[in-house]
Amino acid sequence: MSQEQMSGGQAAMSDGLTGVVDDWSADKQTFHVPWGKAMMWIFLLSDTFIFSCFLTGYMTVRVSTTVPWPIPSEVFALHMFGQDIPLILIAIMTFILITSSGTMAMAVNFGYARNRKVTAALMFVTALFGASFVGMQAFEWTKLIEEGVRPWGNPFGAPQFGSAFFMITGFHGLHVTGGVIYLLIVAFKVLRGDYEERGYEIVEIAGLYWHFVDLVWVFIFAFFYLW
Amino acid sequence: MSSVTESSATGSAETGTGQVGQQHPIGLYLKIWGLLFVLSGFSYAVDYFHFEGYLRWILIITFMWAKAGLIVAIFMHMAWERMAFIYAILLPPAFLLVLVGMMAIEGGYTTLTRMLFFGSGT
Repeated sequence: MSQEQMSGGQAAMSDGLTGVVDDWSADKQTFHVPWGKAMMWIFLLSDTFIFSCFLTGYMTVRVSTTVPWPIPSEVFALHMFGQDIPLILIAIMTFILITSSGTMAMAVNFGYARNRKVTAALMFVTALFGASFVGMQAFEWTKLIEEGVRPWGNPFGAPQFGSAFFMITGFHGLHVTGGVIYLLIVAFKVLRGDYEERGYEIVEIAGLYWHFVDLVWVFIFAFFYLW
Repeated sequence: MSSVTESSATGSAETGTGQVGQQHPIGLYLKIWGLLFVLSGFSYAVDYFHFEGYLRWILIITFMWAKAGLIVAIFMHMAWERMAFIYAILLPPAFLLVLVGMMAIEGGYTTLTRMLFFGSGT
């Protein structure tokens, strides 16, 4: 693979639309990125379609029901400091996920700088934020289940609310959980020095997955919680 | 966009060993991080201060796309990738808007028939 990239004649690569035509009509390879990175992006593209199908399905049942939809602002409010604060836990979860994205971005940088200790430390911090996100989600689920929310009905309004909520946040939570495990494995291998010869692209690839999880949450936050 | 192409001189360094790396100043990441925090705060404020109607939707969608754009462009390094790659990844999801549009029409039609046959508000 490294040979291909060296002999690809990248010195004369043109930019813009000419570059697009050049790349797509190239003899050997179209994408001048490491294979793992291209494959991760294609996986994320397919994942985009899965999440979009969930969100589109949610939109369809929400606009087509004649029963009033539960008000997320009230359903997800927490009673803190003697008053109901709307969506507070969801807001904290959002900030935690963004923070974890920030630490992950920096881990990629330290990886390419071959600073193994800082890279692994930043990845552990990222995983810790991710785990706390999943913990808060478990708390949210427990609270809603205790209040009687089920996939087939709930006391607040349209029965589709439960199925959409459990499906979308559950699938996202599964992604976060998988991401935490993935990050921990890569972080351990970074610390052990497994990538000293191969290079640290793997940190960037793991980072892509993690940022994607954050990206999906942006859309869930907007469409499920703020609508 | 111009500031992004400027910093591409430092990024996307291709070394002799055939490694392609995305290295950008930490300061840039911290700025984007801060910006995402502020935008998330704005999104939350939309709900907290009970903005309603079209204004609510415009604000939600604007902040959502701003955040998504920053994450994809900077954190996921899309701003420094080659155009052929950007098109291959970002163009297919654009077609999802067709699905969303069709399902919105379908949903509206279902509501109307439900109101006709079940009576509204039941």
